[in-house]
Amino acid sequence: MTDPADRQPDARQDNQDPALFGQTPSQTVGPFFHYGLPWKGGADLVGKSDMGARPDLFAEEHWVLNLSAPTGTPVGEVITVAGRVLDAEGVPVADSMVEIWQANASGRYRSVDDARDDVPIDPHFIGFGRAATDAEGVYRFRTIMPGRVPGPGGTMQAPHLALSLFGRGLINRLATRVYFGGLPGNDEDPVLACVPAARRATLIAEPRGEGEWWLDLHLGGPAETVFFAL
Amino acid sequence: MTGVAPYSSDDAGPPPSRYGDYRSTALRAPSQPRVQAPQTLTETTGPGGVWDRMMGSALADLTTQHGGVPIGQRIIVSGRVLDDRGRPVPDTVMEIWQANAAGRYIHARDQWDAPIDPNFTGAGRVVTDADGRYRFVTVRPGAYPWGNHHNAWRPAHIHLSLLGPAFATRLVTQLYFPDDPLIEIDPIANAVPMPYRQRMVSRFDLATTEPNHALGYLFDVVLKGRMQTPFEDDHHD
Ligand SMILES: [Fe+3]
Repeated sequence: MTDPADRQPDARQDNQDPALFGQTPSQTVGPFFHYGLPWKGGADLVGKSDMGARPDLFAEEHWVLNLSAPTGTPVGEVITVAGRVLDAEGVPVADSMVEIWQANASGRYRSVDDARDDVPIDPHFIGFGRAATDAEGVYRFRTIMPGRVPGPGGTMQAPHLALSLFGRGLINRLATRVYFGGLPGNDEDPVLACVPAARRATLIAEPRGEGEWWLDLHLGGPAETVFFAL
Repeated sequence: MTGVAPYSSDDAGPPPSRYGDYRSTALRAPSQPRVQAPQTLTETTGPGGVWDRMMGSALADLTTQHGGVPIGQRIIVSGRVLDDRGRPVPDTVMEIWQANAAGRYIHARDQWDAPIDPNFTGAGRVVTDADGRYRFVTVRPGAYPWGNHHNAWRPAHIHLSLLGPAFATRLVTQLYFPDDPLIEIDPIANAVPMPYRQRMVSRFDLATTEPNHALGYLFDVVLKGRMQTPFEDDHHD
């Protein structure tokens, strides 16, 4: 007889089954992520503010996430990047979340996997941001205009942000890019070149007032945003 | 100039973006196929080593965030973050959010008739160690109803968010519990075809369980991995 303390339940076909080993499947963030993911200042890559968070959606005593703590002002042109998230019928999506990842003003990523020591790191700039959309479905980031980054085969990419979109009804994260209308390099960008010409405008933000760039993200419909396979 | 080694593409398991039984996908899932483009430095880099500065200190115990002890079954969730070749992913952040033991979220839009627990928020954040290991303490969340169809209930689950080392490895998923009959009738879990759905079912584990304290569950998260090491592709300038 085995001692009860030495007995183990039978193995199930589950997360620990070696026969099933592989990428963990994606699931939706659902509608209730606001107290767990977007921190105050998560959408402000430049200074200290509450941008990106939605503390209006839960009681203040349940704010356990930290506030951003900038160390100083990053180098470069301060810009706002904003737009609406819209569903296939053009209805604003008020319960989605947008993230950005970008290079600093010199075109260097704050990452161990960007080993180009000849391009300076900005000690005050990380380049990752997160914003919950507001009640009108608008996302808004305050950041620095990114510099140009090399692409494959000796090409140079135009200034751009990598963007991820999450939401209720989105089983998978949607990955896209934001370019800036009229800036040098868009015509020779190696990623934009992979996009059918008729759809490129869905990735290009347009200037809208002082330092502000606007790009609506369409989940469907005639102006559906281009999303990339990764 | 340094070339980049791309991350692997989806394996056989991932769900489709459009899944009829999950009604919210109808107007939100894109209709056009995703565009293929080469991975560049943008996709193969990501923030690392800056978690505390970016998001603040860890929140590894969800049962001690308020004045009292939350109601419910205390549990320990532990495991590793790996890439799809089995290599550990160290120093990566995992964010956690969940409902309380009664199945209620601390969120203004969650208004069903289950009690709020003033001692439980349900938000956490941990960073993996050098071996890719993580561990957090919480209470087991309850199942909850949702409006997808008549008498629809989500199986008990913990939402998990991982950045991994690169833009290409970003993942949001859900952890489910073993022997929950709601999993096999849940449209969100069912969007993942069998047997891959079982990758999201945690395992009860006596070695993780602590006497007179908490039940233990194991859950490894597997992210996309680098297909090869970086190479030099040209040497101009
Ligand atoms: Fe949920």
